[in-house]
Amino acid sequence: MSVAHASPAPIAAERPRARRPSTFTVLRWELRKLRSQKRTYLGLGIAVLLPLIFVLAQNLRSGHPHGGDIIYATYITRSGLATPVLILFWASAFFLPLIASLVAGDVVANEDANGTLKTILTRSVDRGQVIAAKVATAILYATAGALTMALVATVAGVASWGFHSVITFSGTIVSAPKGLLLIAAAYAFYLIPLAAVASIGVLLSTLTRNSAAAVVGTLAFTLLLALVKLIPGLEGAGPYLLTTQYQAWQGLLATPTDWAPILHSLWVSALYAGPALIAAYLIFLRRDVAGG
Amino acid sequence: MLARGLVKRYKEVLAVDHVDLEVRAGDVYGFLGPNGAGKTTTLRMALGLITPSEGTVELFGADPMRAGAAALHGVAGFVEAPRFYPYLSGRKNLELLAALDGDDARDRIDEVLDTVELAPRAKHRVGGYSHGMRQRLGIAAALLRRPRLLILDEPATGLDPAGMRDMRLLIRRLAQDGITVLLSSHQLPEVQELCDRVAIVNRGRIVYEGGLSDLRAQAGRGYGLRTDDDTRARQIASGLSDLEVGVDPHGALRVHGPEAAIGRLSVALGQAGVAILSLTPELATLEDLFFRLTEESA
Ligand SMILES: Nc1ncnc2c1ncn2[C@@H]1O[C@H](COP(=O)(O)OP(=O)(O)OP(=O)(O)O)[C@@H](O)[C@H]1O
Ligand SMILES: [Mg+2]
Repeated sequence: MSVAHASPAPIAAERPRARRPSTFTVLRWELRKLRSQKRTYLGLGIAVLLPLIFVLAQNLRSGHPHGGDIIYATYITRSGLATPVLILFWASAFFLPLIASLVAGDVVANEDANGTLKTILTRSVDRGQVIAAKVATAILYATAGALTMALVATVAGVASWGFHSVITFSGTIVSAPKGLLLIAAAYAFYLIPLAAVASIGVLLSTLTRNSAAAVVGTLAFTLLLALVKLIPGLEGAGPYLLTTQYQAWQGLLATPTDWAPILHSLWVSALYAGPALIAAYLIFLRRDVAGG
Repeated sequence: MLARGLVKRYKEVLAVDHVDLEVRAGDVYGFLGPNGAGKTTTLRMALGLITPSEGTVELFGADPMRAGAAALHGVAGFVEAPRFYPYLSGRKNLELLAALDGDDARDRIDEVLDTVELAPRAKHRVGGYSHGMRQRLGIAAALLRRPRLLILDEPATGLDPAGMRDMRLLIRRLAQDGITVLLSSHQLPEVQELCDRVAIVNRGRIVYEGGLSDLRAQAGRGYGLRTDDDTRARQIASGLSDLEVGVDPHGALRVHGPEAAIGRLSVALGQAGVAILSLTPELATLEDLFFRLTEESA
């Protein structure tokens, strides 16, 4: 330390004015941290690879294109726009929640384990701002994951099978531009339950203080919910399960548009996300930061 | 900083047991105690990182548990080892923290990097920093806030001798610049060298609080005594009030007491015809007192 050198301007000058940085500033730095971590690209990598593998597989067996599990799969080669629809159909229940939980489950616990929580909590930002920025980061990452998947699926699909009019789930043919719009809307509405998954991930991240436990816990939660419906006597719970909301976007691809499941998913998802966020906020506000 | 009746209970452990502290503006305040005494836990409460089970903390009149970050205005420091984002460079870490500080903290990054002599490595990822470099980055990060109160938890831990010396010089310089320093340590010499007031804590309890000079007076002074007739000298010394006399492991005489009593001893020895070959003050007695205070109550 340059004690021997001429000392720079006295550090203990008069008291500076108190000015709390905005939560947006905190968010910007959360996103920067996210960009600098390798693990961030794991989830995005899945979002890129999944549609590519899918399109490649379909191309390889193009000789007999009628092998899909669902009837809609038979339309795969007729328009590239069927690809993002099918991808969302398959990825909505597991892969996209997985991508969302990768960051959501890590976003608090990682800093807990590294001891950096104490570093940022002894600056001029309130704990409420930090947790708000972390929730926003988790949701933005989930959004980025879904968006990446949609883009790659659309581009790869269109490149393979062309930008043609596409059939909806109710059998109506819509023009290619309208189909594209519907696909964008479908992914956008799928973000509603996905944001709830991210919120639950942040709660578990705050609660468990352990990244792996929080990521696995979030996934286990959505997988277990999906099983509830299968328990005899609990079939009636279906509409109130978060996992059922993963499919609400399909209402958009019906003609006429079926808004009922979408509106339903809005409030059911809020019912999951709301308490999770409030709990995460309260826990984070009061918790002892003694690690590191 | 003012702490009143601070208690922190962990399930089985009473980590901090009714601690009262008063650090006044301009103090270089030493917070001394052996391992597990509750120093770090107390400082965590002071920084609002953990909630006290009982009692309150005030930083310039604001309670960090209630006022949140606003209470930390003008306060900086770290507990235990400072932690940073290993995947970001030293400078990026400081930029991040400066952003979280608001104000013009960002403009001071170069200055504080120079102060801790990390400028040449600022572009490298913190993940590759040595322990001492991280410690210095911790100081730099604290200085970014232009603190009036600097809270440091064993900042010299793990530093090499030169690093320790630099750390002490830096702390002294900061104190000269008018920064109040609360320094926890289990190294008595460090505290002796830097601090004017100390609290000694043991098992969560304050066993001494006050000026370092008062503590010295309380400790009395020890002297090594060599005479031409140690047996006689010992008899004479044990006859005098306020004086303790003993023999060290090498068989040499040690007397312990206030200066006045030592004076009387030398006169008495002279009158008895016992020649004093040497009477040398020992500096280790504060350490003895420290051990006595922290081991007695244990
Ligand atoms: N998070 C915690 N959970 C349980 N016990 C704790 C926790 N933090 C501290 N303690 C206990 O509180 C006591 C005081 O610990 P503290 O870290 O404050 O000591 P210290 O004086 O800083 O010691 P050192 O010189 O070793 O740093 C110890 O017995 C410790 O085990
Ligand atoms: Mg400690």
